[in-house]
Amino acid sequence: MLYKLASPQAFFPVAGTLIPWFGALAAALALAGLYVAFIVAPTDATQGEAYRIIFIHVPAAWMSMFLYLIMAGWAGLGLALNTRLSGMMASAIAPTGAMFTFIALWTGALWGKPTWGTWWVWDARLTSELILLFLYLGFIALKASIDDPLRADRAGAILALVGAVNVPIIYFSVQWWNTLHQGASVSLTRAPAMAMTMLTGMLLMALAAWMYSIAVSLARVRNIIQERERHAQWIQA
Amino acid sequence: MAGFSLLLRRELRIAMRRRGDVLNVLVFFVIVASLFPLGVGPEPSQLRAMAPGVVWIGALLAAVLSLPRLFAADYADGTLEQLLVSAQPLPVLVLAKIAAHWLLSGLPLAIVAPLLGLQYDLPGDALFALMASLLLGTPVLSMLGAAGAALVLGARAAGALTALLLLPLYVPVLIFGAGAVNALLIGINPSAHFSVLGALLAVSSLIGPWAACAALRVALD
Amino acid sequence: MLETMALACERGGRRLFSDLGFALGAGELLRVRGPNGAGKTSLLRILAGLTRPAMGNVTWRGKQRDWDFGREMLFLGHAPALKDELTVSENFAFNCQLSFLKEDANALEQIGVGKLAGLPARFLSQGQRKRVALARLALASSMPLWLLDEPFSALDEAAITAVRGLIEGHLREGGLVVLTSHQEFPLAARAERAITL
Repeated sequence: MLYKLASPQAFFPVAGTLIPWFGALAAALALAGLYVAFIVAPTDATQGEAYRIIFIHVPAAWMSMFLYLIMAGWAGLGLALNTRLSGMMASAIAPTGAMFTFIALWTGALWGKPTWGTWWVWDARLTSELILLFLYLGFIALKASIDDPLRADRAGAILALVGAVNVPIIYFSVQWWNTLHQGASVSLTRAPAMAMTMLTGMLLMALAAWMYSIAVSLARVRNIIQERERHAQWIQA
Repeated sequence: MAGFSLLLRRELRIAMRRRGDVLNVLVFFVIVASLFPLGVGPEPSQLRAMAPGVVWIGALLAAVLSLPRLFAADYADGTLEQLLVSAQPLPVLVLAKIAAHWLLSGLPLAIVAPLLGLQYDLPGDALFALMASLLLGTPVLSMLGAAGAALVLGARAAGALTALLLLPLYVPVLIFGAGAVNALLIGINPSAHFSVLGALLAVSSLIGPWAACAALRVALD
Repeated sequence: MLETMALACERGGRRLFSDLGFALGAGELLRVRGPNGAGKTSLLRILAGLTRPAMGNVTWRGKQRDWDFGREMLFLGHAPALKDELTVSENFAFNCQLSFLKEDANALEQIGVGKLAGLPARFLSQGQRKRVALARLALASSMPLWLLDEPFSALDEAAITAVRGLIEGHLREGGLVVLTSHQEFPLAARAERAITL
């Protein structure tokens, strides 16, 4: 049955029915997560209320890395099996991944300013997120610059796979670079001690983000399908 | 492996007749390294601390500048097509291209770098480490660069796109390359850095040519 | 020896041709005709293994094409594939060695560019470049399959006669030739097929 879904034509209506479910799940999980973040979790002794932004910052960072690997996975699948839908899914996921990277960077800045007085710190996570943002932008830019959609998919897939292999290398390099240079200075990774409530809150927000990503990617892939297959019979019917 | 030396010899012969291209890259490298003091002030201790990073960034930018030309001319005049339909294994031909690129850009940069280091008042052992780190690191730039150059063949705005694609991937080489010299400057043994650079070279020798071959086939599809 | 089945080609979202099948044997010539943009070059590139067909497959000697196919196939595309900075003989030598052919300067004489051997390719006219590219044909009898895209374009009468001679010689010795051409020149072959796209 899964094989049947591999055609854009078959996948289109299935995606359509799934979107509202994932959207609802995302909303419910987000409400639960925000409840934990703002009501249940106690005020922090050293950082006050500002630390609560961690409930958005950390899940966003997790999602940005996770989505890159998912995107590379779809792209690689398309390259190996020559399926059109896989490339479209990769294109659909990329903007959401880039968005979460941007959110992670922005919330990092919002956290840094009241806590340590600067809008930006060169800590390991923020720096890795910045480079990850460039990787996403590169993927999107490469696809946009190649006119033929199938060629764009294949070129993008190669880039995504090279990027995916490099992401752990880049992360390790930046970690190393940071520990050597920063020493005992500020770090967003050294959040207040991870109490059970905080972990629950972050997990709920991460799951919410995941459901949201699925819903949005499905919606976007439907748009892509409509655009790419616009000459096909079933669209025009 | 006859194909390797055949293509390498051709690339070097062409470069000898277009010496300007090779010199341009070197001059660019020197200019970039000379601009930094003008931008940040001539304070010697500040410049000495900056020097490894500045020279390395100059090398990255010079690489990104010279890479679009790796396959573009061959793509335009039809010789790339002939490379792909020949019975020569494509990875071997791509390695020849990478070797030529390194010999004509990475190696000259590594040789000139100590002179720039002198401009920044780096001590003798740091100059040596600078050259060694570049000798080990610039091949990585060429390996990954070939993949980048192949991906943007036939795309619009290839030059800026190459930079956007490659510079994030170059971050690890930059960190450990400049880091090796920085370590030496503050009295730490840089052997760990050189080991990592070696590992990066090994990894990029697998990924780079594979990705370049795949991207070339996509570009000529 | 060369067979295709249900071959289909898509370029830029348009389907150029579909369900194309033919079989070509030793000594046989296949002409591909059609207006500009009909897919003649695309078909040749699919046969050469450069382009992936949207559907269908190509077999050589009854099997899927593999590494060795490159040794048995000569593909000459639109572009003459010469480097401007190298001389005619340097370009010719490179192209021969790339295809594992024994280079012979007489081939350049035969096609009329022998006098230009020491000249950088940058100074050649379109027709002269084409002739340098085609010179390899004189040495490529060991490669059974010739895929020639517009071999006669930009050539003068003498060159056309020379190329026709080379093609007919190859067919006589049992080679296979697939060519696209806007111009119709009679070529002696054991059998001749035509595809119009």
